[in-house]
Amino acid sequence: MTKRELFQFDFPALRAQREAPPAGAVPKSAAERGAKRWFDFVGGDRSSVRPRQTTVNLKRRLAVVLMILALAGAALIVRAIDLQWVSKDFYLDQGDQRYVRDLKIDAPRGTIFDRNGNPLAVSTPVASIWADPSTLKDHMDRIPELAKALGVDANALAQKITQRADKQFVYLVRHLDPDRADAILKLGIPGVDKQPEFRRFYPNGEVTAHILGKTDIDDRGSEGLELAFNEYLTGKPGSKSVIRDLHGRAVESYDVDLDVPPKPGQDLTLSIDKNIQYLAYRALMQAIKDHRAVYGSIVVLDVTNGEILAMVNQPSFNPNAQNGGNIPSADLLSHMRNRAATDVVEPGSTMKAVTIAAALESGKWKPDSKVDTNPGTWQHYDHIVHDHRNVGLLTVTGVITHSSNVGAAKIGASLSRDQMWDMFHRFGFGETTGSGFTGESPGNLPIAKRWGPVEQDTISYGYGLSVTPLQLARAYAAFANGGVLHTPTFVKGGGDEGKRVVDKKIADEVVAMLRTVIAPDSTAPKAAVPNYYAGGKTGTSHIAANGGYRNVYNSVFVGFVPATNPRLVAAIVISGATGTDIVQYMGGTVAAPAFSQVMQGALRLLDVPPDNVKNWYTGGPGPDPLAAPLQQPLDPANDPSIVGEIESADP
Amino acid sequence: MKGWMNAARMIGYFVILVLLAGVIGCAFGVVYTRQESRRLFTEYNELSKERDRLNYEFGRLELERATKAEINGIEKVARGDLGMISPSPANTVVIKR
Repeated sequence: MTKRELFQFDFPALRAQREAPPAGAVPKSAAERGAKRWFDFVGGDRSSVRPRQTTVNLKRRLAVVLMILALAGAALIVRAIDLQWVSKDFYLDQGDQRYVRDLKIDAPRGTIFDRNGNPLAVSTPVASIWADPSTLKDHMDRIPELAKALGVDANALAQKITQRADKQFVYLVRHLDPDRADAILKLGIPGVDKQPEFRRFYPNGEVTAHILGKTDIDDRGSEGLELAFNEYLTGKPGSKSVIRDLHGRAVESYDVDLDVPPKPGQDLTLSIDKNIQYLAYRALMQAIKDHRAVYGSIVVLDVTNGEILAMVNQPSFNPNAQNGGNIPSADLLSHMRNRAATDVVEPGSTMKAVTIAAALESGKWKPDSKVDTNPGTWQHYDHIVHDHRNVGLLTVTGVITHSSNVGAAKIGASLSRDQMWDMFHRFGFGETTGSGFTGESPGNLPIAKRWGPVEQDTISYGYGLSVTPLQLARAYAAFANGGVLHTPTFVKGGGDEGKRVVDKKIADEVVAMLRTVIAPDSTAPKAAVPNYYAGGKTGTSHIAANGGYRNVYNSVFVGFVPATNPRLVAAIVISGATGTDIVQYMGGTVAAPAFSQVMQGALRLLDVPPDNVKNWYTGGPGPDPLAAPLQQPLDPANDPSIVGEIESADP
Repeated sequence: MKGWMNAARMIGYFVILVLLAGVIGCAFGVVYTRQESRRLFTEYNELSKERDRLNYEFGRLELERATKAEINGIEKVARGDLGMISPSPANTVVIKR
């Protein structure tokens, strides 16, 4: 086959030309014989169609056709390159915009549990309804319907929409129940949609309000442990890209490598025991009501590891409500403060235990060393130390039992100020406890250099320094724990191994002294816990205000049970108790009953076996046979009726 | 010689046929697995949505339980409606092991 033959197209005209018979030849073809061929009809009248006899330059024609084809091919290739290479990103992007969607995967905030797994703070899904005013403003006729569903005033809503007509987003109502939100969306009002969100609920409300704090409207921690553990609790929302079909259903993963898995917030298990927390809260409410007090705190610690079992304050607030539950905004801060950790009080006589620990450590004093407190006052430099009554010649134990300021001051005066400061500092005063609570106060312990003899006297019996209830509980836990001080913690299992602050022998001696306090003829008979031995110390202090002391008192009790093998320590501070008589402000009157009440319940809840079984059947608290021997005051003037007559008493 | 060539050609045709069938089979396989993967993906999505929903539901129920089991309410019912008291030390017996 030659090249020429290859391109020999069998056009009828060409063939006719090629096969044209010499003139005069007998027509042989079908056409010549009159037969009709398919193209004969195209031209209509057969007679008018004549085969053209033009000469065709086949080569040129071929070249032109080939050129056109080549151009077309080139154009196709250029276009292909353009599509596949140059503008590839643009088209891919356009395609993705139509089919690929990023789905957000929610990651809720972690739940906070108490030590027994009861939820204290839970995030649940809610829906916020939002509107696009630029769309909604064209459907103002449906506003009343929408307002009714939302439960708001129609005029106000209409105004809100008109004012923001140029905006694209406005929240109509936030944090609705998901079912209610769906009902609103079912109305099908254009420009109204929902946004899934999470809201924090606190099932125990105001009982746990101060410790947990709260979250803001966007579910970020803003107070308390919610703030302190915000990082830990917060979840990171993930996302995944999917290809959607016509109906908007996700049909395929776009690129698994691009997907971001959500990181749900981690759950936090606190050391708090919900039931003890409730007991403490109820006891605190009761004490404040009974003594017409203003505010107060209770802290309960586990002696063995420093875990905080309960921490309650009054006044409280409802963390589930926006404004804390109808609290005037001026008072809100006062209601929301976790006083047990952030507020300081002068600890009063409760500090005598620390003074005496310092005295025992100095070697100058033994538990049965004598100290003369006659005649119930002591002039030291220009300061007069008062006792609430003259308790005469006491042992060191008796100073604790009868809470003698004179005795404590005299013992303190025999020590160097550095010795005393060191002991106070070792028990954690003047420093934050390290519990990690945001805004915790370090209290105030003046440095030893600033102590004059009078300051040293007052600090010996707990004035001139300030502590938080948490610090107080912690220090007494160290005594009860044989001299090992733990860092208090809010997290279950988060306690440290503790550090020894005082010799076990000294701690045990102080514990024995503190056990004499809870006896029928001592300062805190009302702190007795039936069937258990207990130890503790009362304290009463004026509330410092405007540079002086007003006639408003802090009533303090801090103690531990069971005294033979301490498990729990509680510090109770109640402020502003009203009464006409000093007895009505005293720690032994106001705070001690709350101690008894909380501890009875807590010991039962924790299944702590009773250690005072001897008194079991009689039901009442008996004398504690293991307590240090009571030193009866030598002065016969221990008539209780004189108690109220001494103005600046400080038991 | 010629017979051998013929046989080789036949084998060639056969191989091509087999490969062709393989390609077609493969193509159908791709279509099928793709369809199947989409179906499973949708199912997976729906199931994980269901899982999340159930998780939230669980949280909500847990919350409800915590609210219902509020110790204050229980105490009120126990003391008020049921007339229960906490046993006094006098009517408690201690069994020592």
